[in-house]
Amino acid sequence: MADPMKIRANLVGDSTEVKVLMNHEMETGQRKDAQGKTIPAWFIQSVSATCNDKTVLSAQWGPAVSKNPFLSFKFKGGAKGDKVVITWVDSRGDKRTDEATIA
Amino acid sequence: MNRRRRELVKTGSGMGLLALLAAAGWLKPDAAHAQAWNKAAFETHNMTETMKALGGGEPAQSKDIVFFQTPDIAENGAVVPIGIASNIPKTDSIAILIEKNPNMLAATFDIPAGTEPTISTRVKMGQTSNIYALVKADGKYYVASKEVKVTLGGCGG
Repeated sequence: MADPMKIRANLVGDSTEVKVLMNHEMETGQRKDAQGKTIPAWFIQSVSATCNDKTVLSAQWGPAVSKNPFLSFKFKGGAKGDKVVITWVDSRGDKRTDEATIA
Repeated sequence: MNRRRRELVKTGSGMGLLALLAAAGWLKPDAAHAQAWNKAAFETHNMTETMKALGGGEPAQSKDIVFFQTPDIAENGAVVPIGIASNIPKTDSIAILIEKNPNMLAATFDIPAGTEPTISTRVKMGQTSNIYALVKADGKYYVASKEVKVTLGGCGG
């Protein structure tokens, strides 16, 4: 199981600002190891964020997103105490879901 | 091939089959589930191919797409902060394209109603290159570009 994400969700005015830091190698499939063998690609392919069962962001990523990806976005309609749930799925089919409460 | 099939099946929850059908070429990628990873688009090498894979025509240049937090010179190509804000009404999606990376498309974000068309993330860049912000709004594509100089590449090793 992958390491947990760090999620912060803050209410700024009438919109919620969400910042996410995920723990993932994001291996591109371009690098070679010491023996000259290509390290197979392994990266997050899709990310989705929901708040009160409503999707607030969905994304598809390629291997060009940095290691331990950072993502920040804003949405309207969140209230203090609501939960923001973030899920990613990587190219091996691994999944990780974490949540944060809007402060 | 078999291993890839297993991976696709494991992605699971009904999406697996659609992804498998798409991979086998029985379904066109855009006919498959919207959530399925758009493999064709992520393997493109230039703007024309990328636009074709995303199902759009020639994008129009736009001054309503703004880069923020994006450096002119990135010291470390492995971690280049990119912020994109679109002031175009009805923005549906934002994509980040890096011209000189091995594969041009870095990420796409779907923006549902109620979410601000403002995204910030971090990407890898192999070398100094133009970055394109591709915005889909009301069925049309718009693009803006910015050059980022890289002193140390983030791909290969």
